[in-house]
Amino acid sequence: MAFVSSGYNPDKPMEDRITDIGPRKYDDFYPPVIAKNKGKWVYHEVPKPGVLMHMAESGDKVFTVRCGGARLMSTTHIREICEIADKHCGGYVRFTTRNNIEFMVDDEKKVDPLVKDLESRKFKGGSYKFPVGGTGTSITNIVHTQGWIHCHTPATDASGPVKATMDVLFDYFKDHKLPAKLRVSLACCLNMCGAVHCSDIAILGYHRKPPMLDHEYLDKMCEVPLAIAACPTAAIKPAKVELKDGSKVNSVAVNEPRCMFCGNCYTMCPSMPLADTEGDGIVIMAGGKVSNRISAPKFSKVVVAFIPNEAPRWPKTTETIKKIVEAYEKSANKYERLGEWAERIGWERFFEKCELEFTHHLIDDFRDPAYFTWRQTTHFKF
Amino acid sequence: MAKHKTPLLDQLESGPWPSFVSDLKQQAEVRAKNEAKVEFQIPEDVVEDLLGVLELSYKHGRTHWKHGGIVGVFGYGGGVIGRYCDQPQQFSGVAHFHTLRVNQPGGKFYTTEYLRQLCDLWDFRGSGVTNMHGSTGDIIFLGTTTPQLEEIFYEMTHKLNQDLGGSGSNLRTPSDCIGQARCEYACYDTQALCYHLTQEYQDELHRPAFPYKFKFKFDGCPNCCVASIARADMSYIGTWRDDIRIDQEAVQAYIGGEIAPNANDHSGRDWGPFDIQKEVIDLCPTECMWMEGKKLMIENKECNRCMHCINVMPRALRIGEDRGLSILVGAKAPILDGAQMSSMLVPFIKAEEPYDEIKEIIENIWDWWMEEGKNRERLGELMKRQGFQKLLEVTGIDPDPRMVQEPRSNPYIFWKEDEVPGGFQRDINEFRKYHQR
Repeated sequence: MAFVSSGYNPDKPMEDRITDIGPRKYDDFYPPVIAKNKGKWVYHEVPKPGVLMHMAESGDKVFTVRCGGARLMSTTHIREICEIADKHCGGYVRFTTRNNIEFMVDDEKKVDPLVKDLESRKFKGGSYKFPVGGTGTSITNIVHTQGWIHCHTPATDASGPVKATMDVLFDYFKDHKLPAKLRVSLACCLNMCGAVHCSDIAILGYHRKPPMLDHEYLDKMCEVPLAIAACPTAAIKPAKVELKDGSKVNSVAVNEPRCMFCGNCYTMCPSMPLADTEGDGIVIMAGGKVSNRISAPKFSKVVVAFIPNEAPRWPKTTETIKKIVEAYEKSANKYERLGEWAERIGWERFFEKCELEFTHHLIDDFRDPAYFTWRQTTHFKF
Repeated sequence: MAKHKTPLLDQLESGPWPSFVSDLKQQAEVRAKNEAKVEFQIPEDVVEDLLGVLELSYKHGRTHWKHGGIVGVFGYGGGVIGRYCDQPQQFSGVAHFHTLRVNQPGGKFYTTEYLRQLCDLWDFRGSGVTNMHGSTGDIIFLGTTTPQLEEIFYEMTHKLNQDLGGSGSNLRTPSDCIGQARCEYACYDTQALCYHLTQEYQDELHRPAFPYKFKFKFDGCPNCCVASIARADMSYIGTWRDDIRIDQEAVQAYIGGEIAPNANDHSGRDWGPFDIQKEVIDLCPTECMWMEGKKLMIENKECNRCMHCINVMPRALRIGEDRGLSILVGAKAPILDGAQMSSMLVPFIKAEEPYDEIKEIIENIWDWWMEEGKNRERLGELMKRQGFQKLLEVTGIDPDPRMVQEPRSNPYIFWKEDEVPGGFQRDINEFRKYHQR
């Protein structure tokens, strides 16, 4: 493994340096039918699940075949995507915001061979490489974060629970049988790199134990005032601590009943880890959306306070999600998003229909917004 | 033979959904065989060790990645995230496993030629493991060593004409929806505006000078496919202010069952024949639609452009022609003070190059936030702390009822001295002439 220089000279870092050039320009990569008809699309339809057709003013049509993908993806897999795109799509491909892969063709006749090719490819372990679906009123791909594959603060894994959940929801990915679209998202901690807080169903990793304190190293590794200031509930204060050898060090003390387990202190100070096998797990939230369609965008609400991490397949988590989806499928009106349905029938009915237990954890007690979630009316259902 | 046994991860190979475990295993094999004869610049068994350390996390229920690590490329304060394994003896291949964020192209369109160039670079100088894409939108290169960072950056900028994305307290890589490239709902060219502002603010993107992260996201219409309203400090959401265009013949075709409603999105279930009254008119949140004989009527002035009727009948109803965008500000995830969505600041603005008016708003907001924002305070939190009035003051935007759900229900108005005739300074003795102690 001999080092191969790129041409960069570490002694003269500014020599020939190119910076601030930004991304490649979007239209470098448009397929011809997109470049030609941009801004002149008239309507679209979804001839079958996983296939979109967009009609342009010019009469041109573009057919898009959408397939799911693990967002964690190897170059081997990307090269296979390239091979498919070369074979069927003139060397163009795109990805969606929700980690789907879209292959576009300009002729209806090219659709079926493409779909057949995609569906025929499987990994050695047996799973589909490119399952076609994720359009219309399906459950499309789950957007998610890194989890245990690459992050230092997660309270759960990301790729694993997503794989397990999508396996359970696979029929919904393949078909248009729900009343409206249903978006599932996962964030492996409260930092919510995945911003799951406005999803129909959100899977959220959560810690339940206050930080451990690595007193011996804390003052060496952290800026104590920053750790203190990081705490949203002012639960951290400076402390002098006597170590076993009798020496005294500057450190912090945590008022544990005040801790909301957000991990913000750990972000500022690596000597305050929260991760714990029993403490960490999953919160299920439901009823959020980002679209302005019919009703305003909504936050997801916590409907299950905690499910333990059950690697490798998180059965209780996937079973709970399936129960919510099935109850929604059965009882919501056409066009009604999960949160709109819950609001129409009432959250008391939502818990009943989804067979979820309502515990005190689900009543908001965090600052001002809490009051607005309590019921100030006699309107309720038995 | 796999380097580490992974009995837990192996259970994620079955089932229909694409298995990342199977993919990582095939990648490990490809690297071990190395048929392409790549002169790997980081350990050949990096993916084996990645599977090994992940298996250990599955066993422990805890991550094995250490906290942070300050690495980067010269002159940039973002784009690279340092990552080290906390079991480096056992998994030496991933002892250093840094992330690079690569600024994705608008709309995430690619040529295979370009994707292969990225793959070649990443196989040569990294693990070959990516995210397509990260949550913010970047192409994520997962896993390389410190000495490779400058080399990757050099090759990327010199050979691929490609720059890194944002991380840390800077402008994060902006992202957009597919927009006018392939969507009839797009009210402005999301990719053009996203690209323009990304280029304009390269300095803010690469060199952290902000109190905390700052995100731009561009949605072409109120359907909000990139979730800008939930995720961006500044959300640009396309809209229009004239009339929805109606094709009455197509309306009749929907009513007559010749065209499936909602673009055939409900095809997996028999919902019965389409009922325009029940499915469109009665669901309109502003009740601004009705039928007059065979004609669909819309009182456009009362429409709030929720998109429902257009989504249901895309062949009959189309967005208006006087288009632009709304700017909403202050969304963020829950850390620290709870989640916030963006709040309406500019109900309507034209999105036309060179976008000077939009840039003026951005820069006024940044000036305020950089001056007043506390360390790690997002814009939305500063807005809550100092008030929406302050935001209007710094942007010079006039108040408008479109900015609120409802007016305040308390009268605790912080009147300013110059708003009250005569000011606040009064003579107590003059007062006492008429009011005894």
